[in-house]
Amino acid sequence: MADTHLDRDVLNALQEVMEGEYPTLLDTFLADSEQRLRQLRRAADAQQLIEAAHSFKGSCGNMGALRLAHLCGRLEYTAKDSSLADIEQLLIEIDSEFAIIRPLYEAERQRPLAQS
Amino acid sequence: MNATQPQASLTILIAEDSAADRLLLSSILRRAGHVVLTAANGVEAVAAFRQQQPHLVLMDAMMPVMDGFEAARQIKALAGETLVPIIFLTSLSESEALARCLEAGGDDFLAKPYNQIILAAKIKAMERLRRLQATVLQQRDQIARHHDYLLNEQRVAKAVFDKVAHSGCLNAAPNIRYLQSPYALFNGDLLLAAFTPSGDMHVLLGDFTGHGLPAAVGAMPLAEVFYGMTAKGYGLAETLREMNAKLKRILPVDMFCCAAVLCVSFHRRCVEVWNGGMPDGYLHRVASGERTQLVSRHLPLGVLSPEVFDDCTDVWPMALGDRVFLLSDGVIDTADAQDQLFGAQRLQQVFASNRQPDVLFAEIEQALRDFGGQARDDVSMVEISLLQSGLIHPASLVYSDSGQSCPLDWSVSFEFRAATLRRFNPLPYLLQLLQEVHGLRAQSGPLYSVLTELYANALEHGVLGLDSSLKRDASGFVRYYQQRKARLDTLDEGFIRVHLQVTPTDGGGRLVIRIEDSGEGFDVARVMRRPMDDIRLSGRGVSLIRQLGQNARWSDDGRSACVEFFWEEMA
Repeated sequence: MADTHLDRDVLNALQEVMEGEYPTLLDTFLADSEQRLRQLRRAADAQQLIEAAHSFKGSCGNMGALRLAHLCGRLEYTAKDSSLADIEQLLIEIDSEFAIIRPLYEAERQRPLAQS
Repeated sequence: MNATQPQASLTILIAEDSAADRLLLSSILRRAGHVVLTAANGVEAVAAFRQQQPHLVLMDAMMPVMDGFEAARQIKALAGETLVPIIFLTSLSESEALARCLEAGGDDFLAKPYNQIILAAKIKAMERLRRLQATVLQQRDQIARHHDYLLNEQRVAKAVFDKVAHSGCLNAAPNIRYLQSPYALFNGDLLLAAFTPSGDMHVLLGDFTGHGLPAAVGAMPLAEVFYGMTAKGYGLAETLREMNAKLKRILPVDMFCCAAVLCVSFHRRCVEVWNGGMPDGYLHRVASGERTQLVSRHLPLGVLSPEVFDDCTDVWPMALGDRVFLLSDGVIDTADAQDQLFGAQRLQQVFASNRQPDVLFAEIEQALRDFGGQARDDVSMVEISLLQSGLIHPASLVYSDSGQSCPLDWSVSFEFRAATLRRFNPLPYLLQLLQEVHGLRAQSGPLYSVLTELYANALEHGVLGLDSSLKRDASGFVRYYQQRKARLDTLDEGFIRVHLQVTPTDGGGRLVIRIEDSGEGFDVARVMRRPMDDIRLSGRGVSLIRQLGQNARWSDDGRSACVEFFWEEMA
């Protein structure tokens, strides 16, 4: 489960709920995510980092980005006890995971409604 | 795949800082047919709630500016009594965090990632709760309105009843002490007292079945009969018959009135008692400390039809200072915190340990208080003492006619024979007749006393042949009245003739009363030799007649008595 970048079932369900609004949802999520990544980088202390990671985890979960959600969860739980180096490592992983799933979401935008 | 069940459309507020999540939730809810409001943080959420009054709130726990917990607290405060369910949206998993949601006023929580089906089910469940709360509030308000309405009805009923009841002498007479809750009426407790024209006192302590208005409503016709007949000079027996007949006629089958009814006579130093269903009354003799229990020997009023109603009373002698106590069952039934009853025994103890008769009433009150029982509305108690007859001043009757036409020169004769004497008391009618003469009205009291005395003599000593010296002691007293009843029940010959003559005089008028009986007569000369102010249990009340009337004389060996009354024309 942790290795799944994008859960197909979740995406299908989302499309069914959103119908014509599906692309809008994807766009909103991508814009939101960019913002959250910036937030993570700018976090001044452990508490802010934890809250930001927690929020992002929730969003990713809803959108089916399971691996990204998992990474955010790790960051949330270990932030207090980790060294700056470990935190930096996690942040890099998060960035690269997002880089992977971004084109996948953009591809989703093109998907015609008929396909389920 | 979707299992959206049909549901009423609600207005739902979504407070969520993630734009994508907000969009997702909105779509899910709109698809389910609801109207959606959105807010990105706690402040916006509270504002939106204030303006739009949504039915339900989906609240993200972590939000910037104001978090979900604070927003929930504020929204709950704004909602007041109304239930606005708040479902927290959270990926918090620790129980502590989840408990926080509920403490902040959340009613439920929904975990991320959002599951449509679960969300729909939770919304439905919350909506049921919301409706339930609304119904409860509505019914509570309805009950409160009805309650106020009932209280008002009772107030009105009480005001009407007080007008009827005030014609009595409960508060005016110095020889009555009583204890009664102002709302006793609505427990069916009734206390009435009134003077007869001759200065005797009738007292009734009653207890209607039931509570509230049904119990109180029977009290009014009963009071009317009691006061009306007492004022006209009817005796206890006739008044009881009439009260019973009335209640039997008007009350539903399962309603009746337990009652203890007394006639206290200050002149004749005795008390006549009828107890139907009330707890024992007590006749407390001051000299000997003896207590006579006045036990219930009849069915309550309103149960038996007139043909089988028993109006038989018990008569007991009373000395100056003796008292009668009547109580309702609220006294005996007063219970303390352990549900123990006050009981008749404790009451007896209070009687037994009393040293000063004057404070006995207060001691009973104190004993009830000390018992620590719950104060009840149906604790009613009355004490009637026998005081010097001079101290009792019945208020004079008020007449409603104009006094213009008034008979001034007439006479009438009646002859009452055995069959009539057994069942009929002519005194109220005779008094009514005489009250048509306005000049006599001011002397109603003495007039009635004299008539009563003459008639009683004629009947008891004349026709029935009872020996008045029997009444010299308490046991003789009881025997006397037993004999009276027995002889009256079997009377088949004899008569009493009553002659009334009214003539005008210079400046006023004169009434001559002559009563003849068919009895043996008595030694007039001997009785006349007795000093005038000698009031004894026995004797023929001759002193009374001579004191109250003018020119009292006996003839035909005592079988015929004659007395006069005079009055002056009022300016």
